[in-house]
Amino acid sequence: MTQVDERFMYVNMGPQHPSTHGVLRLLLKTDGEIVEHATPHIGYLHRGLEKIAERVTFPQFTPFTDRLDYLASMNCNLAYALTVEKLLNIEIPRRAQIIRVIMAELNRISSHLIAFGSFSSDMGAFTPFLYGIREREFINDLFEMVCGNRLTYNYIRIGGVSKDIPDGFIEKTKEFLDYFPAKLKEYNEVLSYNAVFVKRLANVGVITTDQAIEYGITGPNLRASGIKWDLRREEPYLIYNELDFDVPVGKGEMGTIGDSWDRYMMRIYEMGQSARIVGQCLDMLPQGDFTAKVPKVLRVPQGEVYVRAENPRGELGFYLISDGSIKPYRLKIRAPSFANLSIFPLLAKGVMVADIVALIGSLDIILPEIDR
Amino acid sequence: MEAKDIHQLLVNRFHDRIKDFQENTFPNAVVVDGSSIVEVCGFLKNEPGMEFTSLISISGVDLKEQSKLMVAYHLGSMQHKHKIVLKVETDRNNPHVPTIEMLWRGANWYEREAYDLYGIIFDGNSDLRRILLPDDWEGYPMRKDYVYPKRYHTWNV
Repeated sequence: MTQVDERFMYVNMGPQHPSTHGVLRLLLKTDGEIVEHATPHIGYLHRGLEKIAERVTFPQFTPFTDRLDYLASMNCNLAYALTVEKLLNIEIPRRAQIIRVIMAELNRISSHLIAFGSFSSDMGAFTPFLYGIREREFINDLFEMVCGNRLTYNYIRIGGVSKDIPDGFIEKTKEFLDYFPAKLKEYNEVLSYNAVFVKRLANVGVITTDQAIEYGITGPNLRASGIKWDLRREEPYLIYNELDFDVPVGKGEMGTIGDSWDRYMMRIYEMGQSARIVGQCLDMLPQGDFTAKVPKVLRVPQGEVYVRAENPRGELGFYLISDGSIKPYRLKIRAPSFANLSIFPLLAKGVMVADIVALIGSLDIILPEIDR
Repeated sequence: MEAKDIHQLLVNRFHDRIKDFQENTFPNAVVVDGSSIVEVCGFLKNEPGMEFTSLISISGVDLKEQSKLMVAYHLGSMQHKHKIVLKVETDRNNPHVPTIEMLWRGANWYEREAYDLYGIIFDGNSDLRRILLPDDWEGYPMRKDYVYPKRYHTWNV
């Protein structure tokens, strides 16, 4: 225990953002209402997934990837599948690739909806939270049609996807795409440009471009700092190079580039772009196989790869070393939120306690992938 | 720039402190002598034409057959879009690697994680504590020869 200075009060700030329920502990050293120093304590959800990976076979690890970022399981499945496929060197059927993109983008929308909703409830606006959940419910129904699950999908497997999309899925998705843009407009009317909301967020928790790169921040948080870096554009995987979408970048519309409002707004813009991508994919969906031929007992050739994919929260990478057996020799998971949270002590210096809530919400971290 | 050319440049500059080049990995890897990792990283980060500005991740690896621990540094460049892996091998019984925290502040947490799970000590790290496990946890779980404990304090594991 450190020497306690009587001028300061130590506050354990508990679960604040819904995706940090009970597993993120912030130890704040406060001087009145000003935070002098913040220490995030993580590891309360540490399940040892990397150790588990060395004890199960390659296909068996797929369900564990669902439990990484459980608001974006599809994207985690996808990144893992891409990693193993890179070592296997197999060709994925085009239909499977397009289905994967559809699922990944729908999941990006649903993840950002949770981010939007929970962030607004952090800021004291409860109704938008219900809006976010309402729209996400639609996507959950779609995913339930496809694989029967509503949270941990385990749909994208090594070699393709687990089964073909059912009848009526395409019509239902189109219905969603017709209905969604109007809702985005509604979010902007209700919340994004609300004077109180903007005042709470503009110029709070500014991440400069240099800081963002130095701390390895990725995803919407990096783009909010004004760097146009999206792996779907820079290192296209699947069929992203054939698609037409924009990469939104923070412009400091309401304050400074890289402030909390920019980070919030990135997600709203990205949802619109993801909806565009899904629409394009539905139009070009060909007939064909939904999975490549993968042997029952999967022996992955010796070698090591690092493959990364653009998740809703940033760059998810898998560093995989295989020794030619049926189990990974080493699987390191490079989680986006891990880097995104590591900048937190720097941002939290000298801000108000109420702004801490805004900071955590705008970084949109998720604990299961930090703790793994 | 290709990884091969980067390796050649590194050899010209650091001579025998660059060990060998691994072509069969993706991205290609360069094995570096542990004592000069800071110099090599600094060179890659700041040299015009290289500009490996982003540290993607630091991972510990247990090479039990060679009785070594390895640290793999994944570096990437946003400007030139090239990637490289630097590998540092260290003795399994006395693992010490210099920290690269002064180059990338984000390295701190990655190094803490490697220390936590592998017991690799990063000399010079400003805050080398366990990060995922409790402070009083014994042993380093990610090592291949880790024996699972029966109990932790008063409850069964």
